[in-house]
Amino acid sequence: MSQYILLRHREIPNLDQLDVYLKHGGFEALKKVVTQMQPADVVNEVKASGLRGRGGAGFPTGVKWSFLPNNIWPHYVVCNADESEPGTFKDREILESNPFQLLEGLMIASYAVQANVAYIYLRGEFWQIAHQLDEKIAELEKAGLLGDNLFGTAYSLRIYTHLGAGAYICGEETALLESLEGKLGQPRLRPPFPAVYGLYGKPTVVNNVETLANLPPILENGAQWYRRFGTEKSPGMKIFCLSGNVNRPGNYELPLGTTFRELIYTHGGGIPEGRKVKAILPAGASSAIIAVNDDTILDTPMDYESVAAIGSQLGSASVIVADETVNMAWLVARTVNFFKHESCGKCTPCREGTFWMNRIAQRMMAGKATESDVDLLETVANQIAGKCLCALGEFSVMAVQTGIGQFRVDFLNQVKQTAPATQGD
Amino acid sequence: MANEVTLTIDGKTVRVPQGTLIVDAAKKIGIDVPVFCYHPKMEPVGMCRMCLVEVGRPVMDRATNQPVLEADGTPRIAFGAKLETACTTPVSEGMVVITQNQKVASARREVLEFLLTSHPLDCPICDKGGECPLQNLTMGYGPAESRFLFEEKMHLAKHVPLGELIYLDRERCIQCARCVRFQKDLVDDPVIGFYQRGRSLEIVTYSEPGFDSYFSGNTTDICPVGALTTADFRFGARPWELKPVASICTHCPVGCNLTFNVRREAASGGKLVIKRAMPRQNELVNEIWICDKGRFAYHFVESPQRLTQPLVRKNGELVPASWEEALEAAAQGLKQAGENLVVLAGGRLSNEDLFNLRKLADAQRGKAILYTHMGGGDLTQQVGLTPGSNLGSLGKGDAVLVIAADLHEEAPIWWMRLKAAAERGAVLVVAGARPTRLERYAAKVMRYRYGEELNIIQSLMDGAVPELSQAENLVVFYGAEGLDLLGTNALAQACATLLYRSGHYGRPNNGLVGVWKEGNAQGAWDMGFHTVGNYTRTLSEAAAVLIAAADPAGDDPLLAQALDRAGFVVVQELFLTETARRADVVFPAQSFAEREGTFTSGERRVQRFYPVIYPVPDCRADFVITAQVARKLGHALEMASPAKVFLQIASEISHYQGLTYPRLAEVEEQWPPVGRSDLYYGGTAYDNRQGMGVALPALCQQQGWQLPMFWNDRLPERTFELAAMNQQGMVWLVPFNRLYDRGTTVKPSQLLEKRMVSAHIALHPETARAVGLSGVEKVQVEGLDGPLPLVLDETLPQGVAFYPRSAGVPALAPRGVKLHAVKAEVQEG
Ligand SMILES: Cc1cc2nc3c(=O)[nH]c(=O)nc-3n(C[C@H](O)[C@H](O)[C@H](O)COP(=O)(O)O)c2cc1C
Ligand code: SF4
Ligand code: SF4
Ligand code: SF4
Ligand code: FES
Repeated sequence: MSQYILLRHREIPNLDQLDVYLKHGGFEALKKVVTQMQPADVVNEVKASGLRGRGGAGFPTGVKWSFLPNNIWPHYVVCNADESEPGTFKDREILESNPFQLLEGLMIASYAVQANVAYIYLRGEFWQIAHQLDEKIAELEKAGLLGDNLFGTAYSLRIYTHLGAGAYICGEETALLESLEGKLGQPRLRPPFPAVYGLYGKPTVVNNVETLANLPPILENGAQWYRRFGTEKSPGMKIFCLSGNVNRPGNYELPLGTTFRELIYTHGGGIPEGRKVKAILPAGASSAIIAVNDDTILDTPMDYESVAAIGSQLGSASVIVADETVNMAWLVARTVNFFKHESCGKCTPCREGTFWMNRIAQRMMAGKATESDVDLLETVANQIAGKCLCALGEFSVMAVQTGIGQFRVDFLNQVKQTAPATQGD
Repeated sequence: MANEVTLTIDGKTVRVPQGTLIVDAAKKIGIDVPVFCYHPKMEPVGMCRMCLVEVGRPVMDRATNQPVLEADGTPRIAFGAKLETACTTPVSEGMVVITQNQKVASARREVLEFLLTSHPLDCPICDKGGECPLQNLTMGYGPAESRFLFEEKMHLAKHVPLGELIYLDRERCIQCARCVRFQKDLVDDPVIGFYQRGRSLEIVTYSEPGFDSYFSGNTTDICPVGALTTADFRFGARPWELKPVASICTHCPVGCNLTFNVRREAASGGKLVIKRAMPRQNELVNEIWICDKGRFAYHFVESPQRLTQPLVRKNGELVPASWEEALEAAAQGLKQAGENLVVLAGGRLSNEDLFNLRKLADAQRGKAILYTHMGGGDLTQQVGLTPGSNLGSLGKGDAVLVIAADLHEEAPIWWMRLKAAAERGAVLVVAGARPTRLERYAAKVMRYRYGEELNIIQSLMDGAVPELSQAENLVVFYGAEGLDLLGTNALAQACATLLYRSGHYGRPNNGLVGVWKEGNAQGAWDMGFHTVGNYTRTLSEAAAVLIAAADPAGDDPLLAQALDRAGFVVVQELFLTETARRADVVFPAQSFAEREGTFTSGERRVQRFYPVIYPVPDCRADFVITAQVARKLGHALEMASPAKVFLQIASEISHYQGLTYPRLAEVEEQWPPVGRSDLYYGGTAYDNRQGMGVALPALCQQQGWQLPMFWNDRLPERTFELAAMNQQGMVWLVPFNRLYDRGTTVKPSQLLEKRMVSAHIALHPETARAVGLSGVEKVQVEGLDGPLPLVLDETLPQGVAFYPRSAGVPALAPRGVKLHAVKAEVQEG
């Protein structure tokens, strides 16, 4: 399929220039929405499209919007551009190369919930992107496409960018809101959910960059058109971030339901030196690891339901491939270290548990662990699971549990070594 | 009741109000759900995960909205896959909670194991050891041993001063955020917070001086581990060596209930020594909190500067004398003075002391005069708060007026409770001549110029704030800022009139409260003390003066001169004050910690305090000293025990009728439970077993409205003309109160030294310009000795000069003065 709906810049040079974007139908969707549609119609259209959040949870976007109470004002829309999941790099490409499509999507979402202020929260490392976005926003305001009385209507909107300070947890929507309010980035208790009690305690929609970028084509072409892509329950196009032991890592925009095999072999060029796939982490470091001990696993379609059916999650579709040379103990140790580093520390099991797991994993990789430490690592992971305040803590044990569960041999081999492991570092 | 729900917890059925959290519902029926981060006085955060329990809810039939029933007719219950936090989950109808099964037990053991992985386990040297929730809950629910390798523990700083009052041990902190939330939510001093993330989270202070809050000590009570300790107590003793003794804080009219912890110490010759002051729960007074003055400023009691023997003036010198000699000398002096006797007492004495002093004055036909700059105590008797009142119950529909007082500085716990009342929906109106901290929570702030206080009351009577006049209940706090004795009298009268006109008196949660400077000023009024218009004249014209717990000579040079002119002077004191130095006879008195007695708080609650330490040898209780002097004069005053004096009080003073020591010692069940076996829940505040005191009735309840109405129709617009005074080149010299002043009972607590206010004059820059003091560093106040540093402050009103009370500026009440610049040479010379 040659047609892109998200990574259109790959076909259209200079799409990040406003005139080029306008020439290719830019802001037509917004204009239609603002001048011809009621907010509720927009919500219904998005509901009908079946668009699901691309930030990881896959929650139906239109349904989420419809939760905002209409007796509490103002409403806010926040674009989640914190993109911090290891192996995820799709939002960055949109932000850098197709920024107007994101901004248009953000504006459509804002109109749908009648927010007059929207924020784009970017991870701190994206400071250059933030700078570029600020310029684009200024350009739009100058062109009369953003600001007061859009298209001569009563609707007004302002967009602001905000940089985080480099914390993975600030991608979690409630921690993001805390951070955006200038507070320590730690998740809030839920309920209440952001839709009811969000930014500054007001009803707030938080949507991922990719989710929002889907909106202009959906509103322009209609829900039914969008449903032509993907599967019944997971409609639409998705950007798959392919990385790990593949010949051509990168972003691939494909319909949901594309198989792992197609992604890895047709688009990703297969595995270096023709090696075999050993494992797949479909949702970055937060994945339950898929063991590819049976070749047919690769024929699993990548949609939310099918991936869940084989015991993992599609998440943000950051597909990390490990071939047969990878020591899974090493890989798991890396994820453990990541979560230990990123735990916000608010709740005990995650704060203490990731720290403990990391101690064990470090010891294991330094050749100073015994077989019982493998069991201990697994127990500690089980002990964290189900007790955390937010999903980060729950994510932190996925690779450990599924790694030890499916690749115990790697761990046992690792603890038999008495010298530090060298692979990969 | 419709807004109640029924649920079962461990098979027991319980009915609680909707919105109750599972943890509290369980506690109400005696089931302990262990918690660390949850605290019943704060909003839940669900951080520590210690409180996980199994929760089931009835399965509802979607079509009928009725519970699905099992074959046996009981509702079918669906249990969640995960355990839920009891501290964040509100109860719901038909809920089934299980706190005692294998799953829950494992979760508790596992969370504790996590917490202990980073804990130093230095209980043997930890101040909290013995009263530590982590220690106790580990014993109750924790693993017997840890699988965490000891050498893998993090080592962190163990003596981090968050300021000079509170220390942090970073290794012990379990990141529960109770301290942070207390400071932010309960006292609005967000001066501490978390820094970093994950295992590196640490408590830091953002303020200068560090942990700058009048309430900081409370965090050490609610910290569930030994991470926060006070500089006063750390490494001072082990909790189990301490004996608790109930007492009352004497520093302000709130009358917070205290527990002093004492221990016998070899270093002190086997004597009992006070190791720390702790809050004692009284939900009607201070709940489970005290301010840092109450916690740290008790050291005057054990000061080596205390008087330890009677002194008698011989050949112009005060020399030590025996009690017999001193009593004889005092009696002789007083006898000669006859009826021209003035008994002058301060409001930190107990009711029993004051009663005997007044009886002595009566018996000699002298005058019993309260040493104060604030009037109106006769009115607070008439229309004060009544039994059944509780600031903690004020909320929607109620109103509070605070005028001419800075409660954050003068009565911190009242400030805290009124802030909470405002947050619960009470209409708070704050009227003042300058901004104060309480205004942040006010529904309405009313600003006036000094001298125009009555105008504010008049406007309220005219309906300026209908939410106040029409409130169901109204409490009025009046203070003395910028007012002299006559001014406060007038203000109290005006406030009483306001309450009368709007019908806010004689029933619970209505009435007038005086923000006195002294803890038992209300008691002094009740015991029959009064004020006089002119203290200088009264003292100088007296043939004999008996002064107890007051230092007029130290406060004001005019009063010192007056005292020099007075005839014979007898002083009962703790310290050799300026006044004592001028006396003919000085009696060393016992402090409140060495004896028992009662105080009456500003809310008019009579409360008992108990002997904490052994009396300083040769000191006697004030009521005894007075009675012994009286005996020499032929009057039989009660001195057998304070309880017996109190019986007389109860029989002679109508609103104290029926009160006895045993009644004052009664307690009722309080929520939340604190201390002892519940310290994991409410903290280490002491539970109250020694008495919650008794609220006095308002006289108007007993005798009907008896207030003299001074003004028929409208109040006078002003008590004085600030503008006219300014035109004459004078400024209104106003003392303001700071919590940490340098008064007799504060100064000996060296720990607070850095935070004590120093003598200075503060002016608005405009005023400084107007009186020619721009660019000047030191000023001379006409009529006072010595120059004072000048501070400019734009938040202050104009035409007024401020100085901190009890901080070395010898002036007691406001007055009009001229200020002069002091040349640089003068201050150097
Ligand atoms: C630990 C954690 C990190 C997350 N990081 C991101 C992120 O970087 N970007 C993102 O869009 N969503 C992230 N999410 C998901 C957000 O919480 C939220 O669900 C999402 O932004 C909603 O947008 P969507 O409905 O458009 O997917 C994260 C969630 C968790 C628990
Ligand atoms: S699970 Fe981890 S990241 Fe989430 S709140 Fe707890 S400590 Fe913070
Ligand atoms: S210092 Fe104490 S109260 Fe504060 S977070 Fe740490 S353990 Fe909790
Ligand atoms: S508020 Fe007043 S009575 Fe209470 S502890 Fe502080 S000074 Fe003492
Ligand atoms: S999570 Fe409930 S007490 Fe801490």
